[in-house]
Amino acid sequence: MSRYEPVIGLECHVQLQTRSKLFSAASASFGGEPNDHTDPYTLALPGTLPVLNRRAVEYALRMALATGCRVRRVSRFARKHYFYPDLPKGYQISQYDEPYAEGGAIGFLLDGQPRRVALTRIHLEEDAGKSTHVGGAPTSLVDLNRAGVPLIEVVSEPEIRSAKEAAEYLRALRQLVRWLDICDGNMEEGSLRCDANVSVRPVGATTLGTRTELKNMNSFRHVQQAIEYEVARQTALCERGERVVQETRLWDADRGSSHPMRSKEEAHDYRYLPEPDLPPLHIADEEVERARTSLPELPLARRARFVERLGLTDQDAALLTTERPIADYVEQVIAAGADGKRAANWVASEVLRELNRAERSIADCPIAPPALAGLCRLVDDGTISGKIAKDVFGKMWASGRGAKEIVEAEGLVQLTDEAAIEAACRAAVEANPQQVGKYRAGNDKLIGFFVGQVMKATRGKANPEMVNQMLRRLLS
Amino acid sequence: MPGETHFLSATEIAHAVGGRALSAVEVAQAHLARIAREDGALGCWLRVDEAGALAQAEAVDRAVARGDHLPLAGVPVGLKDLFVTEGLETTAGSRILAGWIPPYDGTAVARLRRAGAVILGKLNMDEFAMGSSNENSAYGPVHNPWDPTRVPGGSSGGSAAAVAAGLCALSLGTDTGGSIRQPASLCGVVGIKPTYGRVSRHGVIAFASSLDQVGPLGRTALDCALALEALAGHDPLDATSIDAPVPRYTDACREPVEGLRVGVPESFFCAAGLDAQVGALVRAAIGKLESLGARVVPIELPNAEHSLATYYLIAPAECSSNLARYDGVRYGLRVPSGDLGQMYKATRAAGFGPEVKRRIMLGTYALRTGYYDAYYLRAQKVRALIKRDFDRAFEACDVIATPTSPVAAWQLGERTIEGCGDPLAMYLADIYTISCNLAGLPGLSVPCGFVDGKLPVGLQLLGPPLGEANVLRVAAGYQRATDWHTRHPASTVGGAA
Repeated sequence: MSRYEPVIGLECHVQLQTRSKLFSAASASFGGEPNDHTDPYTLALPGTLPVLNRRAVEYALRMALATGCRVRRVSRFARKHYFYPDLPKGYQISQYDEPYAEGGAIGFLLDGQPRRVALTRIHLEEDAGKSTHVGGAPTSLVDLNRAGVPLIEVVSEPEIRSAKEAAEYLRALRQLVRWLDICDGNMEEGSLRCDANVSVRPVGATTLGTRTELKNMNSFRHVQQAIEYEVARQTALCERGERVVQETRLWDADRGSSHPMRSKEEAHDYRYLPEPDLPPLHIADEEVERARTSLPELPLARRARFVERLGLTDQDAALLTTERPIADYVEQVIAAGADGKRAANWVASEVLRELNRAERSIADCPIAPPALAGLCRLVDDGTISGKIAKDVFGKMWASGRGAKEIVEAEGLVQLTDEAAIEAACRAAVEANPQQVGKYRAGNDKLIGFFVGQVMKATRGKANPEMVNQMLRRLLS
Repeated sequence: MPGETHFLSATEIAHAVGGRALSAVEVAQAHLARIAREDGALGCWLRVDEAGALAQAEAVDRAVARGDHLPLAGVPVGLKDLFVTEGLETTAGSRILAGWIPPYDGTAVARLRRAGAVILGKLNMDEFAMGSSNENSAYGPVHNPWDPTRVPGGSSGGSAAAVAAGLCALSLGTDTGGSIRQPASLCGVVGIKPTYGRVSRHGVIAFASSLDQVGPLGRTALDCALALEALAGHDPLDATSIDAPVPRYTDACREPVEGLRVGVPESFFCAAGLDAQVGALVRAAIGKLESLGARVVPIELPNAEHSLATYYLIAPAECSSNLARYDGVRYGLRVPSGDLGQMYKATRAAGFGPEVKRRIMLGTYALRTGYYDAYYLRAQKVRALIKRDFDRAFEACDVIATPTSPVAAWQLGERTIEGCGDPLAMYLADIYTISCNLAGLPGLSVPCGFVDGKLPVGLQLLGPPLGEANVLRVAAGYQRATDWHTRHPASTVGGAA
C-alpha cells in the first residue's frame, strides 16, 4: 500500500446539442465541410456581436437542476483572452467569477457502494475551432465549424480518490447528459471531453500537493489509464524526494504515457474581462421551475424504483437504466399491459442482446413496446410456453408481425386440454416400458426423458407444467 | 435649384425628393460633383461610391414615384469608415483592415438605406476611433473646412467636416468619449450621441463596447432628429440595444424651450484648460436659452473630474480585447513571418498605428491578473459614482449645458506626441464629453458662435437616459433663435461656397 493518496478533480466539457451556436445562428452540428458552419460572427468579422441562444441556457439549466446546483438568478459572461488561430475573436466568451450554477453533486456506484462527488460549479461557454497540423507542412489548417458551439464546463471538487472512481464519475456524467437529452456524450467526436487535475499527498495529509493538469483523453479507458499513469509518476517522484512540477500534460494513448505541454511559467494570463457585449444572464424563477418540472426522473431514482417496484436485481435495474430510452421502453411495455418483472426480463435479455447484435439503438427496435407486451401477455395467460415465446420473439423481430398473429398462423398455441395431454402422456408411457420400469425402480431423473417425448410429439406446444404433473401421476 | 442643393438641410431634401420637386439622382450628382471639387483639400472621404450612390438614388426615385413614403428620401449621407458596408471596403481608418470588403451591412446602415438615404461613401476617421483630431488615421488627416490648417476634431473628423463643407447633408459617426460631439463642435455642426443602447452597434467596428454609441451629424438639430428616428430602436442583433419605443424626435424639435430646466455645472467653467472665448460663448448661449424661457439651475457633478482617468482605464481595456481579432489569420493585413507568434507580432506591428498600440498596451496592462481589481474594477466603481452624480443632477433639471470642447480647432500637429511630446494634451480635449459616455447618457453639440469670428464653438447639451427628445428640443429651439448654423465655410477652391 502506497504512503501517498491521489487527489483528483475533473473538468468536463459537455457540448450542448442545440441547433445553432451559443452566440449566433450558424449550425452547431458536428461534421460538415471545414468552415461550412460559419457566419460573420463565427469568423469574428468586425462589427459582429454575440446574441445568446436561450435554448443553450435551458439545456444548461437542466444539468444544473439534475445535479442539485444552486442556480444564480443573475450570472455574467466574461472574456478569456489568448491568441490562437482557432479562437477567432482572440477571446473565448465564458463565465468566470459569476457562473450560472454552483454546488451540486454527481452520484454513482463504486464497487456497489453509493458515492457522491461534489461539484464546484458549472458554467456556460463557447467552444473553440479545430486546428490541424499536417506533418511536415509549413502551414496549419483551421476549421471553425466547432467554434462557438455551446458548452457547459462541469467542474468537480478534488474529491476523487482513484482513477477508477474518476472513470465511474465520468460514466455517470455521460449517462446523465444523455439522459437529459442535452448532449450525445460522444467522447471520440469530442462532444464530451474531460481534463483531470491530479496531485498526490501523504495519506492523512490535509493540504494539497502540487497538481498537474491532464488533457487529450478521449475515452473512459484513456481517462483511467492517464490518471493511473500520473498518480504512479507523481508517487514515484515523491518517494524519491523530488518535486512535482505544476504543468499541463498531454496523454499519448499510443505510447500509454503523458508528456508536458506547458509549464506554469508558460501558462496564459487570460486577462478576464466582463463581457461588455452581453447583459448579465438573468434566469427567472419561473424558468427554473419550468425546467425543474420538465426534468425526467433521474437515473439513480429510476434504478431504485425498478428494484423496489419491479423486484429486479440491482444489476438488471442498472442495465435497464443506462439509457433513458431503454428505461422508457420497459415502462411502455408495462403500460401496455405486461407484467413488470417479465417485461424487464425480456428487455434485459432478449431485446438488448438483439439490439447489440444488430448494432441498433432502442429507438430503432423493430418490436414496439405494445407488441412486446402482447408477447408477454401470451406467456402470462398460458397461451404459449416460455420456450415457444422465444421463437415467436425471433419471428417478431425478423418480420415485424405481432405475437398473436404469429402464434395463430403457425398453430403455436399451447396445449392445455387435459384430455389431450393425458393421451399424449399415456402414449409416451406405453411406448417406453423399459424406462417406466427404471423410473419406478427409483430413477427420478427419467421424468425428463418422458417430458421430452411428450414435447416432441406435441411439437413443443404442450404446457410443460401440466405434462409434468400428468406424467408423475401416470408413472406413480 | 439643381447645383445649389449642397447646403439644403436633410429635412428640405427629403421633402423635395419625396414631393418630386427634386430627384434623388440630381441631389446625389450635385454632391458627388462637389466632393470631387472640394475634398482634395479636405481629405474627408476615404472612398466615394459613385456607382452605388447613383443606383440607390435611382431606386429612391422609383420608390417615390410608386408612392412610397421615405423619411430620408434622397438624403445624401456619408458614413464614418467604422460602419460595416456590404461590398464596400471598410477599414476603420487602419492599415490592418486595408482591402477588407465586408459581406454584410450593419443595422444602422440598413436602416438608413430603408429610410431612403443615399450613401455616398466612407469618411475618414482616427484609426479605430481612437483620437480627437483625426490625425491618427492611417490614410492622412482631415482638414477643418473653416481653416484647413486646423484639425476637424475626432475621431469622427471626416463625418463632421463633410457635413460642414456641404459634401453630404447627414453623416454617421460614433462616440466613445466625445467622438461625435467634439468634431461637431470644432466644425460648427450638430452631432448627437444617443443613450447607450438607443442605436444598434451591430455592424459597427468596436472600440470600447460599453461606451461606443452611434449617432448622426447634421447642420441642424431637426436633421439629426429626422435621422435618429430612422436609426433608433431595438435590434435583436445587439444584446445591449434598448427595447423602448422611439419617440417622434422631429415633433419634439418643434416644441418650445420655455419651462425646461437647464442645469449648469459651474465647476466645468472653472477648468484650467477652458479657452476664455469658448467659455464666454457657451455662457452666452445659456443666457439665450434663459431668454427663451428656460430656467437655469446650478448643479454639481463632483466626480466628473475623475472621468478622464476612469475612461483611460475602461476604454483601453475593452479596446485591447476588441482588437485581439486582428491577427492576420482570417482577413485584413497579414505579414508572413517565421512561426505563428512572429506572424502575429509582425502583422500587428505593421497594421496598427502608434496610438492604437499605446491603448492596446495600456489595456493589456490594466487587465493583467492581479491588477484587475486595482485598475479596471476600481474604474468601474468610479464610473458608477459618476452615473450617480448625473442621476441626482437630473432630479433638478431636464438638460445639462456645458462647453463641448474646452478649445476651438487647433493647428494640425499642435497636440500630437510628435508635435508637443505629451500624449495627455490630446486626451484633455475630451474632458467635457467623456463623463456622458461613462454614464451612458445622450449628449449633443450645437454651434453657438465663433472664436475670433472664424472658428466654431459648440454648446453641449446632456440629457437623462432616453432623454434625446428634450436635448434635441433645446438645440432646435436654440437654432431657431440663432443663425450660427446658417453660416458656411468658404469653398476650398476659392469663390463663394
